[in-house]
Amino acid sequence: MVTAVTSLGRSGLSDWLLQRVSAVVLLAYFILIGWVVASGIDYVGWQALFATAWMRVFTLLAVLSLAAHAWIGMWSVLTDYLTERLMGTKGNVLRIGLQLCISLLLFIYVIWGVQILWGN
Amino acid sequence: MLQVSIYRFNPETDAEPGMQEFQVDTGGKDVMVLDVLEQIKAEQDSTVTYRRSCREGVCGSDGLNINGKNGLACITPLSEAVRGNKLVIRPLPGLPVIRDLVVDMGLFYQQYEKVQPFLQNNTPAPAIERLQSPEEREKLDGLYECILCACCSTSCPSFWWNPDRFIGPAGLLQAYRFLADSRDTATEERLAKLDDPFSVFRCHGIQNCVNVCPKGLNPTRAIGHIRNMLLSRAA
Ligand code: SF4
Ligand code: SF4
Repeated sequence: MVTAVTSLGRSGLSDWLLQRVSAVVLLAYFILIGWVVASGIDYVGWQALFATAWMRVFTLLAVLSLAAHAWIGMWSVLTDYLTERLMGTKGNVLRIGLQLCISLLLFIYVIWGVQILWGN
Repeated sequence: MLQVSIYRFNPETDAEPGMQEFQVDTGGKDVMVLDVLEQIKAEQDSTVTYRRSCREGVCGSDGLNINGKNGLACITPLSEAVRGNKLVIRPLPGLPVIRDLVVDMGLFYQQYEKVQPFLQNNTPAPAIERLQSPEEREKLDGLYECILCACCSTSCPSFWWNPDRFIGPAGLLQAYRFLADSRDTATEERLAKLDDPFSVFRCHGIQNCVNVCPKGLNPTRAIGHIRNMLLSRAA
């Protein structure tokens, strides 16, 4: 058993599953958006679409999926390339610093998304 | 004349590794890569160092990087390896080089050790062998044949970056070999040790391991089975 305190779900399985589920949600969301845009939509129609509760909930789900997906993916990339093994202590400092930046950025995205969806 | 380029490094005399060029006359015969190495060692430079033993693909000691692809030198014919009359031989990637083509397999064995590659069964031993049905025995095919040559793990990028945390294709193939064995009763303990973000889940399905295995085994499929077992255990 290898311990990893900074991974999202701690267990490899839950991260793996979440990565797949969030990918499916994002795919479904972008297919929907693509279809809406392709079938021609104006400002009024777009406003009406995002006024519905289901679209807001689906969008929020997509934003949360994006955050989870990005967190797990970036965590994997960082723990591959920026490690103590490859770069010494510098690797740890760089990786944890970047992880903090990424989590802050994702947090801002989520709050910002909620504000766009439900704010005025 | 075959152009052979061999990775050389002697830690006692060299500050850095380098490639040394040789011209080898194979008499036009389609010999194995190991034969070329033996010929160089016998006729041109006796200090060229590599591991070899059975020279027939059973012992797993001459895993090398041959023209960019990992394989056993003893069963890789020149016709398969040589491109444009050139043969480039390097040690297996990702492991520390001890000398020339000999690598330190310590990390590889550590990962193998982690999966406890031996049968565990706490029930009282019967008077005869623990029997298996032909179907149960069949599940071990494609798993038990591994010769631990490390060609797969050292071709896996996930193993290059995390050889201390990711078990790697060879170790995981053996992990599944015991998970799939009807006589082994430690399934739960084995699975519990694998459910972290590194041991199994660093595998991203790149399939380099499948591509290079000289025994034609499929570690990616075994890893998929382990993942499914972890999934049904959690569900
Ligand atoms: S399939 Fe998995 S174990 Fe095999 S080379 Fe790819 S990442 Fe490594
Ligand atoms: S799975 Fe194949 S390549 Fe990997 S160690 Fe075993 S025999 Fe070698």
